[in-house]
Amino acid sequence: MEEHSKDINQDKGSMGKPISRRILLGGAATAAVVMLKSSYGQIVQKAITQAELKISDPTKEPGPPPGVLGTRSTFEQPVKKPSDTSSRTPLQDLFGTITPSDLHYERHHAGVPVIDPHNYTLTIHGMVEKPLVFSLAELKRFPSVTRTFFLECSGNYRGGKEEMTPQEICGLTSQSEWTGVMLSTLFREVGVKPKASWFLAEGSDAAVMTRSVPVSKGWEDAMIAYAQNGEAIRPEQGYPARLLLPGWEGNTSVKWLRRIELSDQPFMTREETAKYSEAVKDGKIRQFSFVMDARSIITYPAYPQQLQKGWMEIRGIAWSGRGKIYKVEVSTNGGKTWNAATLQEPVLDKAHTAFRYLWDWKGGEAELMSRAIDETGYVQPTMKQLIDARGKDMGGYHLNPVTSWLVQRDGRVLFKTERQ
Amino acid sequence: MNKLWIVCSCLIIWSCRSDDQARHVVVTTTGKIISIDSASWPSSFHLGRPASPAEIEKMDIDVRPDGVGLPAGEGKAIAGKVIYMTKCVACHGTDTTSPDAKLLGPVLVSTKPGKNKTIGNYWPYATTLFDYVRRAMPYNEPGSLTNEEVYQLTAFLLQANKVIGENEVMNAKTLPKVVMPAQNRFIPDDRRGGAEVR
Ligand code: HEC
Repeated sequence: MEEHSKDINQDKGSMGKPISRRILLGGAATAAVVMLKSSYGQIVQKAITQAELKISDPTKEPGPPPGVLGTRSTFEQPVKKPSDTSSRTPLQDLFGTITPSDLHYERHHAGVPVIDPHNYTLTIHGMVEKPLVFSLAELKRFPSVTRTFFLECSGNYRGGKEEMTPQEICGLTSQSEWTGVMLSTLFREVGVKPKASWFLAEGSDAAVMTRSVPVSKGWEDAMIAYAQNGEAIRPEQGYPARLLLPGWEGNTSVKWLRRIELSDQPFMTREETAKYSEAVKDGKIRQFSFVMDARSIITYPAYPQQLQKGWMEIRGIAWSGRGKIYKVEVSTNGGKTWNAATLQEPVLDKAHTAFRYLWDWKGGEAELMSRAIDETGYVQPTMKQLIDARGKDMGGYHLNPVTSWLVQRDGRVLFKTERQ
Repeated sequence: MNKLWIVCSCLIIWSCRSDDQARHVVVTTTGKIISIDSASWPSSFHLGRPASPAEIEKMDIDVRPDGVGLPAGEGKAIAGKVIYMTKCVACHGTDTTSPDAKLLGPVLVSTKPGKNKTIGNYWPYATTLFDYVRRAMPYNEPGSLTNEEVYQLTAFLLQANKVIGENEVMNAKTLPKVVMPAQNRFIPDDRRGGAEVR
């Protein structure tokens, strides 16, 4: 929030120092409620605390000295939105493409375990020449790589009402810069046998969660990540080490990874049979649908912002699990015409890519849409196209429909919901 | 069925393990070539210690559809029902639980078609049930069941979902042979990028 309105009480005592609000308000934790203008011009109510009130003129008093840990401005309070099983990234509050680690989405099946890094081990066995146990320190000694990838839960679509934020619609995606060792480096070390075609990845959470992964992904671009955005990976993201399968549904990137077993067949775990499989046409159920198809969402303007007439930048993110984003198109008239948006360079493989499109809102009704096109030529579909392809009973996984925002005459922005 | 999965995951790995140990080159199914510059790498980094067979056996709790990984022991539905009614019913209910009941866990017994997706109408392999219950249930005390109890619970859940009869014994031999009603509904992913929406 850039500005705040000037109605913060500016009472001055005779010496020109602000009168303590604690004295005035009897020590209430919330010293005042003020109306603030967010950096997008939206008016929001905000409780102002004692500490914040003290900043009435920052040029007249030295601030606190350097500290051991940075903090967010007290005026910025982006938060995840938790449910019983997951927590969503506030996409509408973010800039650029790196998700601050504490805002990374969460999805786990039995809570976040506490793992002592000194006792942590990763065992690789099964169809290998040399079954080995690696400590965390040993994993860190291998040649390392640092790469930026998005993660996304394959159950990342919600609809059902007009008052929904990007966070609520598809906040189960986030992006980080990950550091770790390539799985191929470890495969080389243990000597994966040529007949091995699948491997089981197992976590050490209370669900001891498992997924089967084709060995080809292990050779191609899988990583064992131990760092995220420049520091040790967060507990919610798999501390001290996790599997990371770029572009694939988040569940396969098993967190708190403790064991990899090479095999010549998939294990048919619960998470790849009962869950993370989806009904398609003719009573069939699609299984091992690993790759996240291309998708985009406009994060500004979006509900609950209140628009003001004039020029603005329509902004959002686009991503594809199949490679780079080739193009993003934006429509301001409900898909009658489409215009190429500008992509923020560098456009990375299997990564959130920021896009923007300049728009002059003259005040009428408008329908804002974005669609991503990836380097394979895949065009983000509409909900109707998805239903046509998969049938009316299609499951809730891998839904990546074009999302529309309905701009009202009064400047409200509502989500055009198409399916519960 | 397993052949199908092997074919669909097929990819050419062409490891240039020639005399010079140059680099490992991977050609993916999409034709992308990824090479890790390992020209200066030793043949082994000598990191990690050997995993002993005993150590592996302790950790290796997974069960495959062909039965590999199933332990000794056996169980019948009648014994499983007793355990279910004490350790599981609070979170999972029974076939007679009201559909409006707020349960902590998903419905596990459903014999009415089209209702909840569960073991009898959705799960493709019976071995998955053993594997999952042993590793993750009961939710509040995972890993607390004996192998015998897991066989009994597996038998009960299969019987309650009308997959097996009341007197069938579930063990390492019989469980992999149980054919689940939904198994032939499962198909591999046919999405492959490009212009088509699937
Ligand atoms: C404290 C509540 C609780 C208890 C007690 C409990 N469960 Fe669960 N169970 C859950 C929850 C929650 C899930 C879903 C976990 C998830 O989605 O990752 C679950 C999932 C399951 C599933 C998978 C269902 C599906 O459709 O994927 C099975 C099978 C299961 N439990 C069996 C059992 C058995 C057998 C017992 C008794 C030994 C038991 N549970 C006891 C809460 C419980």
